[in-house]
Amino acid sequence: MNLTKSQTAEESLAAFDGGLKLVSYKSISTRTTITAIAQSKQYIVPLQQHIGVISQVLVKPGEKVLKGQMLAKPGNLISAAIHSPVSGTITDITQHDVPHISGLADQCVIIENDFNDEWIKRQPLGDDYNQKSSQDLRKIIRDSGIVGLGGATFPSSVKQTEINIKTLILNGAECEPYITCDDALMRERAQEILSGADIIGHIIKARQCIIAIEDNKPEAIKAIQSAIDQDGTGFFQISIIPTIYPSGGEKQLIKIITGKEVPKSRYPAELDVLCHNVATAYAIHRAIYFAEPLISRITTITGHGVSQPQNVEVLIGTSMKHCIEHCGGYTDDSAELIMGGPMMGFSLSSDTLPIVKACNCLLITTKTEDIQKEKHLPCIRCGKCVEVCPVRLLPQQLYWYASSKNIDRLVEHNLFDCIECGCCAYVCPSDIPLVQYYRYAKTTIWQQERERKSSDISRLRYEAHQQRIEKQKREREEKLRKKREMLKIKNADSDKNSEQTAITEALARAQEKKAERLKEKNKETD
Amino acid sequence: MLFKRSPSPHIKDNINVHDMMFMVLYALIPGALASMYFFGWGVLFNLLIAISVCLLTEAAMLKMRGREIYSTLQDGSALLTACLLALALPSLAPWWITVIASLFAIVVAKHLYGGLGFNPFNPAMVGYIVVMISFPLEMTLWSTPMGVAIGNTSGWPDFSTTFNWVFLGVLPFSETVDSISMATPIDLIKTQLNQLHDISETRSNTEYSALFSSISGTGWQWINILFLAGGIWLVKKDIADWRIPTAFLISLVLISNMFSVIDYANNSSALFHAFSGGTMLCAFFIATDPVTACTTPRGRWIYGAGIGALVYIIRSWGGYPDGIAFAVVLMNIAAPLIDYYTKPKVFGDTNR
Repeated sequence: MNLTKSQTAEESLAAFDGGLKLVSYKSISTRTTITAIAQSKQYIVPLQQHIGVISQVLVKPGEKVLKGQMLAKPGNLISAAIHSPVSGTITDITQHDVPHISGLADQCVIIENDFNDEWIKRQPLGDDYNQKSSQDLRKIIRDSGIVGLGGATFPSSVKQTEINIKTLILNGAECEPYITCDDALMRERAQEILSGADIIGHIIKARQCIIAIEDNKPEAIKAIQSAIDQDGTGFFQISIIPTIYPSGGEKQLIKIITGKEVPKSRYPAELDVLCHNVATAYAIHRAIYFAEPLISRITTITGHGVSQPQNVEVLIGTSMKHCIEHCGGYTDDSAELIMGGPMMGFSLSSDTLPIVKACNCLLITTKTEDIQKEKHLPCIRCGKCVEVCPVRLLPQQLYWYASSKNIDRLVEHNLFDCIECGCCAYVCPSDIPLVQYYRYAKTTIWQQERERKSSDISRLRYEAHQQRIEKQKREREEKLRKKREMLKIKNADSDKNSEQTAITEALARAQEKKAERLKEKNKETD
Repeated sequence: MLFKRSPSPHIKDNINVHDMMFMVLYALIPGALASMYFFGWGVLFNLLIAISVCLLTEAAMLKMRGREIYSTLQDGSALLTACLLALALPSLAPWWITVIASLFAIVVAKHLYGGLGFNPFNPAMVGYIVVMISFPLEMTLWSTPMGVAIGNTSGWPDFSTTFNWVFLGVLPFSETVDSISMATPIDLIKTQLNQLHDISETRSNTEYSALFSSISGTGWQWINILFLAGGIWLVKKDIADWRIPTAFLISLVLISNMFSVIDYANNSSALFHAFSGGTMLCAFFIATDPVTACTTPRGRWIYGAGIGALVYIIRSWGGYPDGIAFAVVLMNIAAPLIDYYTKPKVFGDTNR
């Protein structure tokens, strides 16, 4: 009987254009339940783990910190707080390699664990959150450092600014192959997810919540469905969506559920929906009911290059090496370490990097899975990329214009709408690393835009400076001209006895001054 | 532990250019076999000459351009160009016709424009057009198809006659060029119409009736049916685009049907047009050449329909026996413009 509800939801589903059916490889990491990773000696907590401005550090080296203590506050509206994952001592605040696509280092707080696991004082709200205003709840979420855990890491409280949004969509699609952290979370902690969704629903005054799950996760669907049945309020609805990559992309998912496309460069609120990842909802539940900031997450450690693939609950700042050791270490033929899924994840150069809020998956590949070619063939314009592009771009044209650096055409062909999902590169028979070309083109254009802006500013400054100089010059000339004219008039007035008159005039002036001075002196003495 | 870094995505479909080209080649086999069955040894000679000249020229051009020869030859594109050209050329074309067309296709139409992926015009069709314009007489030399008897000879000439004619330009004492060759149905109907013999008159004329044993001509109908079968397989395998052949055939059928309904005495039926000449070879193997076709979904409809219309126009009112090559190259010229104006609306674009 409950199935009918989900079936009706399924019947009304739309589809986005393009997309791929991929081999999922998900079962290799769901053999066991989520395991917790033992604490380690040292934690490296980067100050930039979210989209937006870097957080402002609140602590100093040498300082003692407690578990859950705020290490850094949001640097701006679009920023997030960072908390200590353990109790211990801050040994340093320094540049350290972080898992970022650029491969560059960033500012990190380094904490030495004292293994006391001593929490800061916590005052959980519990069920009383119902009495709190949206604003108060958003502040708690903001102070808990919660960001979108699907991988985008956009500060969650910022997303919840709009209220009276009809539909809350919980994203449990998890469309990338290999990744199962959301699947595991839904299987094991369905009620907590629903509780988090209730809180978000209360904040944005939503009237319904749709939980979207791809149809390749029957166990998660079952768990969520039974949690919904227990809830019984009718607020929740499950939507089983077909397994097509990238259905987990926010805008793609909204299209599937609502049949409508979020207008270009606008937000989902336009369509009266708000979308959150299931893991984000879970984190919000922990923040409200346990006053726990975001100091841990569930990460899938998987791939054929690791001995025991599994889902782990891991503290933010734990070194990846420690996580992989927990999973039995590398296999003999391990090749690459990828953060995220095989489609959009990026490979890392070392496993000494810390787990960050965005780490939904660590994928370790094997040498036989290496698909990189030394050279690619020319584009034969077969159009396979057009067929699979979920944004309806023309990837082959973008490639053409990106290689000829034709910026006008790139912008005209909507390069900036590309979500870098990798579908085009996946199907390309010429093995062209298309996404690389687009990323490079985007950064080049951004760079040029920045340079143009700064050169505009300096040009304006220079022009203003020139005008000022010009003005001063004109004024000076004017003054001189006047002076010269006065002199001319004077010279004309005075004739032969001009010398005499000049002397008498000077004497008169001197006497006048003397008199004035005397007057002033008398005044002072008075 | 340190790792090698590589760009995303980290998984890949296992399709490649080599496989795609060879799938197209496999799909050509049924139609090519039918061609050989109905037109004889000449088809095989065309294939052998075109393949060897195209591959050698491709290798020479790659060497001159400082590219890798062996790995590039393996992409199969030159081989495919050679086969398409050979199947389009008349079965009794002298060897130098095939050589000139092949040279032109590979040297001028392909490599002077930058090689695979950069050629704006279909190389095989450019080669075909060059010999068609330069040597119109030789380009009508189709052998008498199997099952058609003229005088005391029936069907295509034997191996030695064909070999001597194609490679040495000599014929046995008893034969003339006219006695071993025959105009194609499309050509024949056109020339007869010019002499004011309407279509039913031509088809029932005892001299030619054997050529019209089926609606679209003896041999031609089977060849087209088998190219169609190969083409459908290609589309099903997702190698050839489905929009271009669909648009091409719909447009050709609709236009020819319209004219034949208006005046059936002077305009051949839609079925005749669909299954005669190079229609199916063009629909699934030539028009669908991705490099020179449109790439936007809407553009492909326009591109296919445009070829269909042009083929009909050239067949009906043009001076050449078939209009495939010209129609394809004319639409090749228009392809970039069509692509530019048929960009799909991107996700979430509410304008326009």
